[in-house]
Formats: sequence, C-alpha cells, structure tokens
Amino acid sequence: MIKTKYRELYCSSPRYWGGLASLVFLILLGMGAAYYMEHNGHFVTGMSNQIVWGLPHVFAIFLIVAASGALNVASIGSVFGGPLYKPLGRFSGLLAIGLLAGGLVVLLLDLGRPDRLIVAITTYNFKSIFAWNIILYTGFFTIVGLYLWAMMDRKFEKFKTPIGFAAFFWRLALTTGTGSIFGFLVAREAYDAAIMAPMFIIMSFSYGLAFFIITLMAAYWWADRTIGDLRLARLKNLLGVFVGSVLYFALVYHLTNLYVTQHHGVERFILLDGGIYTAMFWIGQVVIGGIIPLFLLYSPAFATSRFAIAVASMLVLIGGFFQIYVIVIGGQAFPMNLFPGKEVLESSFFDGVVAAYSPTLAEGLLGFAGVVVAMTLVAIGARMLRVLPESLEDPADAECV
Amino acid sequence: MSINNDQPDLQRRNFIGKTVLAAGAATVAPGVMLTVANAGSEEGVSSDVRWGMLIDTNKCADGCTACVEACNKENGIDLIQRPEGQSDEMWDAQRPQWIRKVKLRDTQTGEVSNLPMMCQHCEHPPCVDVCPTGASFKRADGIVMVDRHICIGCRYCMMACPYKARSFIHQNVAEQLTGAPRGKGCVESCNLCANRIDEGQETTACQDACNQEGHKAILFGDLKNPQSEIAQALKTHHSRQIRADLELNTGVRYTNV
Repeated sequence: MIKTKYRELYCSSPRYWGGLASLVFLILLGMGAAYYMEHNGHFVTGMSNQIVWGLPHVFAIFLIVAASGALNVASIGSVFGGPLYKPLGRFSGLLAIGLLAGGLVVLLLDLGRPDRLIVAITTYNFKSIFAWNIILYTGFFTIVGLYLWAMMDRKFEKFKTPIGFAAFFWRLALTTGTGSIFGFLVAREAYDAAIMAPMFIIMSFSYGLAFFIITLMAAYWWADRTIGDLRLARLKNLLGVFVGSVLYFALVYHLTNLYVTQHHGVERFILLDGGIYTAMFWIGQVVIGGIIPLFLLYSPAFATSRFAIAVASMLVLIGGFFQIYVIVIGGQAFPMNLFPGKEVLESSFFDGVVAAYSPTLAEGLLGFAGVVVAMTLVAIGARMLRVLPESLEDPADAECV
Repeated sequence: MSINNDQPDLQRRNFIGKTVLAAGAATVAPGVMLTVANAGSEEGVSSDVRWGMLIDTNKCADGCTACVEACNKENGIDLIQRPEGQSDEMWDAQRPQWIRKVKLRDTQTGEVSNLPMMCQHCEHPPCVDVCPTGASFKRADGIVMVDRHICIGCRYCMMACPYKARSFIHQNVAEQLTGAPRGKGCVESCNLCANRIDEGQETTACQDACNQEGHKAILFGDLKNPQSEIAQALKTHHSRQIRADLELNTGVRYTNV
C-alpha cells in the first residue's frame, strides 16, 4: 500500500492571500455588526421579548451541530477502521474545530452581556443543560486538538485510537447537549420532545459531512490536487444515507407530535398554515435540503458528476439552515397556550398571537461572519499544518478496500 | 551552618511552610469569618415564609390597568425611554413588562374574564433550572428573581418560562431606581416587590393600586402562615394554577378563571 504523504496547502500567493483578505473583510463586517448591536442593545435587532433567540442563534446552532458532524470522517477512519477515510481524518478534525469556533463566536457575541464571558466560564449551575454545553464545547476543542496531534505526530500515534474513541463519544454527547437545549423546554409546544437529541445527532452527521465534502473539494481545487472518484463516491453515498435519515427523523418527530393532542396546534402551524415557516419547512427543509440532494446523490444520471455532489452538499447545508430556522424561530413564533379553551381578546404582550420576526442586516452579518470565521481557520490551518494528503487518488487495489 | 551536607535545610523549609500557611490563613480567614457571621444573620430571608398571591378574576375590572401602572412606577419600568426610530410594534414587543393585563373569552361558554399575568414564582422554576450561571434564582422565601450581576443575557430563562413572564432589556437604561437596579442586556421579571418585603412591608405595589381602585382583586401574603389572609382565602376558595399540568406549584393562584 502506498504511504499517504501530507503536505501544507500551497497555492499561488495572490490566490491564497487574496482569498484570505476577502474572508477577513467579511469577519470585520461581522465584528462591526456585533459592536453595533452590543453598543445600542438588542433593540436594533429583530429580536424581542417574544422572539428571544434570532438569526444569530440559528447560525450558531447550525455551525455547532455541523462541527460535531465534521468529525465523522475522522471517526470512521480511526474508530471504525475505514481505510478510504483514514487519510481524511486530519482535515476532518481541523474542520470540526473551525466550525465550532465559528459557532461559538456568534453565540458569544449575541449574548446580552458578552463582556461577562468570564462569568459564563467560571460560574456554573450544573442543573442547566446550557452550563453542561459550555463544558462540552471546551472539552471538544481539547479532545479534538489532542486527536489531531495524535494523528499528526508519529510519537503519539499509539494514543490515536483511544483519543479517537473519546472524541467520538464526546461529539455524541455534545450534539445530545445541543438538541437537549430544546428537548428540555417544557414550556413551548414545538420543543419538549426527547427525540430532539437524536434528531440533532443525525442532523449533525448530515450537515457536518456536507461541509466536509464542500471544503475538501474547494481545498483540492484551490491547490490543484486530485481526489479520486472512489473516495468521492463513498462520501457521496454516506451523505445520501444521512440526508435520508434526517428526513426520517423529521417525519417521526412530526408524527409523534401529531399523536399528542396538545401539540396539534403547533403541528398545524408548521405543516399547514404557518406562512413563512410552513414554506421554509416544505420548500427549504424537505425539498431543497432533502429530496433534491437525494435525487442528485442517487440518480444514475449524476453518478460520476462532481458538480452534482458539490451542489447536493450545498443544498443539504441550505436545507439544514432552514431546518434550524424553523425549529428555533418557528418554535418561538407559535403562541404559548397559557389558557386552554380560552381565546385571548386583549393583551399588551402578544398573548395568543403569532410573534413577528424580521432579522436585521446586523444579525445576518454577525451570523454569516461565524461561517467565515470557520472557513478562515480552516484555510489558515490547512496552510500551516500537514492535514491534507498530497494526493487523494484512488488506491490501485480499490476493489480490496 | 555547614554546607558540606546533603540533608535539606529544615529551618528554611519550616520558614517557607509557615509563611505559606500564614498567607493562606490571612487570605481565607476573612471569607470564612464573614460566611460564619452571615450564617447566623437575621437579615437574610427565611424559608419559614413563602410569599404568594391570590387573584380573584371576578374582581379584576375590564379596562383597569392600575396594577400595571403601579408596577411600572414602583420598579422604574416607566423610566425606560423609547429609542429613537423604534416602531410602535417593536416598542411593544421589546419594552419590559413585569405585569400585563389579559382579557380572555371561554370558547365554549363565551364567559369573559380579566386577569393580571406576571411571574408565577414557581416552587420548581424552569427559569432557575436552565440558567447557566445561576443568575436566575429562587429565594428561600419563594421569590424568583434575577441576579443582574451574573446574568450574561443568554435569554434561555425566557425560552423556558411557561408564562412569558420575563423581559430582556433591549436598550440603555438612562434612569433607574436604586431599589430596582437594572441594565441593558440582562433579563428581569416581577420580584413580588422584594425591595418592599425586605424593608418589612407586607404589600406589593400592584395590590395597593388595586385596593385603591376599590377592586381588591389581588391578595398578597405568606402562604405558609395559616393565620394569613391569603392562606385563609386559599383554604376556603377553589383556586387554580395557570398551566397546572407542568406541576410547578406556583406561588400565584387565580380564582374564577
């Protein structure tokens, strides 16, 4: 078997530095937006006392969920022993760290008091799933960092498998924690479901792998390196399984809710008459994020098309973003039913009515800057560290693999 | 002292050891003393009391907002100014409201009722469970409130509150009352006029205002004292908790709703 050679991601200077400069410019825009919101307060956003978590939270949760899933490829390589995935493990670890950092930056800058970071990391209420998550996030950085080290330094290679196992279980715990942020909320009808945690895990598999495929293809295109068809086909098929599973979990979630009379209202809202949220669910989540990617990934017409793989991965991400938007914003927009059997005639606090939310430009810029932070870290990391194999050509004895 | 000796210099070790001990004691002792002194303090609230409210919706008058106005004045909520350029709808959605009036109609019987809604001061408050830093807390006397010094503004308590009772401060607070400190980026809600209670008073601003209007719909008092007016009333009148299905054992109860 030919030994894999890793090399830093080199491409011509103008191409690299020009790309990096554009990314930094977008980050600066995001920082400006964060300063504007922090300086004025959240009144300059579309968030209110009705919709308390807005667009930045959607971006943050999306990135955090994807971060955990981006580690899949490394796990398959070192925990489950998939030989075709092994050379991709380092890049998978780097991407996972980058995506989590991007998500956390957005989450932090959307706090009402971002200046109290030190309070958030020193004062814990251990009954809070949010407090557990802070530990899960910092632990993820540490464990994946060590995992990356064990994959890259021959002296530490013997630790690769145990750390790989630890990272695998940690990433499951992390997404369980993220899903449980919603699953533990008894107050709102759209949440309060134990299925949230496993659903977030499968969502992470799907979004993480989609991010991985896109960044991998972009990196190899950027540096004029080659990826073999067999490897891409494996990644593509795996993505298809995950996309199907996300759809399945969404189906089970809604069917379970439909079984519970108490939740009929919110189901009607999301599936039938919720306006923008219904459109986002059916068109965004189901069609764009599910059915079209499945068609592109499995149709024989696109069997060898790399463009189809790239488009399918991108659509999975767009659909995933809509899915989180529907969960986070749609779940809050639906009115809480405080008085069953009663109709609210008057209230100064929007009781009984669907809450309105229009995100402002500042929220969008902050959220998008999180994605750019992740991509910048990956671009710098891949340039400085030997995370990407020089060539990902298919092995000669591919049949045996 | 001879240095032709490989034994450790015990005198120096002793000196270092004692210095570290003394420094440690000097650092820790004041904290311990304060904690011990505070433990026996009569200033703190006691779990012998549980403050609560009973609201008679039959007496809550249609169109009357005396309780809301009194609450706003007592806690300086009326001092918050509308930011320039903010639309009416956003001002309504973003300004803090500790107490609100709600008018309901029974969809089957057509019966109309009015009631004030505020923090229900749960015995098992979901907001306290979810708060990552412990800023959201329940006092020994049953009052649920927010420590604005350690609130990071994550708003998870607002997501968790089944009563939509909490408000986030969306803008700068130029003027405020010393009895109700608050600030941009923190969450707040009804604290049963804790500032009054801690001064030894036994009524809330909303109750006083409702009484002044002559409606007497709000009764505030100690739920644990069998002799208190509220405990007597709860014993004789059928009352209910809003969202009793969540089993939060709220401190605020309603009759005739």
